[in-house]
Amino acid sequence: MVADVSSPPANNRPRRVALFVTCLVDLFRPSVGFAAVKLLEDAGCTVEVPPLQVCCGQPAYNSGDRTTTRAIAAQIVEMFEGYEAVVVPSGSCGGMLSRHYPGLFDDEPAMKARAERLAARSHELVSFLVDVLGVTSVAAHYEDVVTYHDSCSGLRELGIKQQPRRLLDSVRGLTMREMSTPEVCCGFGGTFCVKYPEISNAMVGEKSADVAASGAGTLLAGDLGCLLNMAGKLQRDGNPVRVRHVAEVLADMGSLPPIGEVGRQR
Amino acid sequence: MSATNGGARTQILNGIRRSLRRGELAGPARESVAARLNAPLRGPLVGRAQLPQPEKVALFCQWAEINNATVARVAAGEVAGEVAAYLVRNNLPAEAAMAPSPLLDRYGWSGQKLLTLRRGRGEGRDQVSITGAFAGIAETGTLVMVSGADHPVSLNLLPDTHIVVLREEDVVAGYEEVWARLRERYGKDALPRTVNTITGPSRTGDIEQAMELGAHGPRRMHIVVVPE
Amino acid sequence: MQSTSRNFHHNVEDALANPNLQDSLAKLKVGFSERRRQAVERLPEFEALRDAARDIKNHTLANLDFYLEEFERKVTALGGHVHWAPTAADARRIITELCLSVGARTIAKSKSMISEEIGINDHLEAQGIAPIETDLGEYIIQLRREPPSHIIAPAVHLTKDQVADTFLEHHRALGFTQRLTERSDLVAEARHVLRQKFLDADVGLTGANFLVAETGSSMLVTNEGNADLSNTLPRMHIVLASIEKVIPTLEDAAVLLRVLARSATGQESSVYTTLNTGPKRSGDLDGPSQYHVVILDNGRSSVLGTDMQEMLRCIRCGACMNHCPVYGAIGGHAYGWVYPGPIGAVLTPQLIGVEEASNLPNASTFCGRCESVCPVRIPLPKLMRHWREREFERHLTPKAVRQGLALWSFLAQRPKLYRLLTGWTNRTLALFGRGEGRFRALPLASGWTRFRDFPAPESGGTFHAQWARHGGARPRP
Repeated sequence: MVADVSSPPANNRPRRVALFVTCLVDLFRPSVGFAAVKLLEDAGCTVEVPPLQVCCGQPAYNSGDRTTTRAIAAQIVEMFEGYEAVVVPSGSCGGMLSRHYPGLFDDEPAMKARAERLAARSHELVSFLVDVLGVTSVAAHYEDVVTYHDSCSGLRELGIKQQPRRLLDSVRGLTMREMSTPEVCCGFGGTFCVKYPEISNAMVGEKSADVAASGAGTLLAGDLGCLLNMAGKLQRDGNPVRVRHVAEVLADMGSLPPIGEVGRQR
Repeated sequence: MSATNGGARTQILNGIRRSLRRGELAGPARESVAARLNAPLRGPLVGRAQLPQPEKVALFCQWAEINNATVARVAAGEVAGEVAAYLVRNNLPAEAAMAPSPLLDRYGWSGQKLLTLRRGRGEGRDQVSITGAFAGIAETGTLVMVSGADHPVSLNLLPDTHIVVLREEDVVAGYEEVWARLRERYGKDALPRTVNTITGPSRTGDIEQAMELGAHGPRRMHIVVVPE
Repeated sequence: MQSTSRNFHHNVEDALANPNLQDSLAKLKVGFSERRRQAVERLPEFEALRDAARDIKNHTLANLDFYLEEFERKVTALGGHVHWAPTAADARRIITELCLSVGARTIAKSKSMISEEIGINDHLEAQGIAPIETDLGEYIIQLRREPPSHIIAPAVHLTKDQVADTFLEHHRALGFTQRLTERSDLVAEARHVLRQKFLDADVGLTGANFLVAETGSSMLVTNEGNADLSNTLPRMHIVLASIEKVIPTLEDAAVLLRVLARSATGQESSVYTTLNTGPKRSGDLDGPSQYHVVILDNGRSSVLGTDMQEMLRCIRCGACMNHCPVYGAIGGHAYGWVYPGPIGAVLTPQLIGVEEASNLPNASTFCGRCESVCPVRIPLPKLMRHWREREFERHLTPKAVRQGLALWSFLAQRPKLYRLLTGWTNRTLALFGRGEGRFRALPLASGWTRFRDFPAPESGGTFHAQWARHGGARPRP
């Protein structure tokens, strides 16, 4: 398997890695988690999945419930201690761990220090592969024209922009075609999409029009929340674009049924 | 100030201090803040205008034109002729309100027999004004106008067409050089009533976000750049 | 101004159903952001300037009392007057008294968001004084008796045709009886009408982009030149500015000006940037004989020293709303008060109360685009989240949201129970969704399924169930 990776990890690179699956992947799209495991194993890592992990706490955090957020964050900090790296197949959950956890414990120095240690070791999956492990190509095949949506937290909190494009560039058969505004929010926003459904709909409507105008046959992104939102809109509109998490394509799992088309008789 | 206003003043200032959890600034803390007023901190240098003088003038002209002004570079002896020719080129009347500035008087206006000049402030019906400029900012093609007996502000604003005579030596890199010149000329504590910095003709984008020139101020700005 | 922020959901529906507004917004979303992007690209020092701008504002806020006193000292020394207004009512009273003191009948008013905040126009009108808005956009909406929908482009929600109708209705009495069709003609007609207003005005009332403590100057930035006519032609100039507008020196102004125009309109520089310092001097041929500055607090000082202080760095460029996908969908009026967009979602709860404006900080996906373009690096999502925390603490969060959240957090802290439940949910949804692969309607998820299909989960159990089933490894084909 290591032969698939053009630059195998050096000795100082993290080898024992914990996967933070995220609640959406756990429930809706386990394949994304398995794709993440495969990509990490191919890059020479040993992957462990701490069994009692649940959610990173964003629903509480973004609803203003700081007490619950802290309790959940403390759970996660505890559970993921001792790993060389914690990898998350989501920019927004990854950003939660690496950008927001320490600030939750400003009045609790010991806990803050632990949260900071976790933050420093937490990475979104694709940026971990490219920036930390030095992966430059993957052994995957996907025959389609693809457009990529930059999910907001990954892009603006974690600086993820070129990394997925660089790896997608190495996928055989794949042609990249950018939409006109890949950096504009899709309107998911966690609970936002059900609290303000009309605004969310206007945003995702514009996004799906942009996806359609790109002429791509497949839409990829790095966050399952955004993908469920965009897939749901495209399908409601009768648009045949296939929607997948970028990890699935990179892990050569592009033959799985796309999001919203599982179990369909095709 | 009335007594109530004194109370309001105290109320606001004390409110600020209460929020900042301190009393009135005093001692070294106060001195260090006050020092900034006497020795202003310069922000990051804008590289594009750090040029030798001739290139600086060229950069000024370039940006002025990008910002919809027109520029003519002529010798001092040709200023009056250029102004008269500009008015003819643009089908404008050969009449202008001119700033009563000794610096402008040097340009030999009497040679233009057909040009009628009125020296004074701008009036509502003026079509053309002619003024000098305190400085030109190369970074953005911006003119700096300073009010005074020799330069009424209304001349910068009321006419449809504003013609400005700018000396090359008055072109500077950025705002900071203008501030230095102002302090040198007027003293640190006595700025003139108005310092206008003007970048091109008046405009608005308020109808459908499309730019239209000549909102309230001049529709046309013509800059005559002279070596001296 | 009466807030309609409580009716946010209703306002949103109106906005989304308004085709003229949607056309304008489509243009705004592309135009402003693209022009800003190009301007930033042309200036390699832009990011360093943003850092410097943030630092200047932070320094000033930490020493705000000192700089305000310095500013006052300089203004007074040059023959001007400073008036302190703790509340909106104080500011209204001071301005009215000043206008009455010169027997003012009309006022040339240059665009000022603070004047909207304190509702000065209605107040003056009630005293028999006519305030004339002179910024073209403000003039148009004043004729239509509408509030601004954007802080730098107040009439951005209107089309040319709507402006033409408005002008025909209001200018007919002045002899303009033809309905215009060209933008340039509309601008020319407004120029003509307003020119006379400027010449007739007794008082010029302007805002200020900055107050410079070093020199006692107010600084105004416009493209039209209306602020300059307002501060030059009438015999009294009144500047209305809030406490956080003060900055230390002219050098600091230079930094802020460089980020302001580029962030706002993508211009290298706005057309007119003017420093006004005191009244007309002896020898001056024009200018007002009285110069007054009204300094308004209106609750701002209480924000200092709190985790919300960063909102006071705002220089009102409008970049946050130009780049906000929520503003881009609903426009400014839906926010229901003076300040729309992300900065409005942060300022409004502070200024009119979080009960009244509770929707605004919630109506954001936290996409972070606003923060990424803010010239003074205000962490807008973080500040919106702070408001959500205040709302949660004060039990203002809607009951359904609270209950859902309570149930979810109960489960999220009991992983084993959570696993049981997600396992069941996964199996159930996968089972019922296996035909279509998605749901067109789903109990408890109508907010989603009204507009979108709901993708069914993959079958075979949750990730964790499968991982455990395979003995802590991924299933291999």
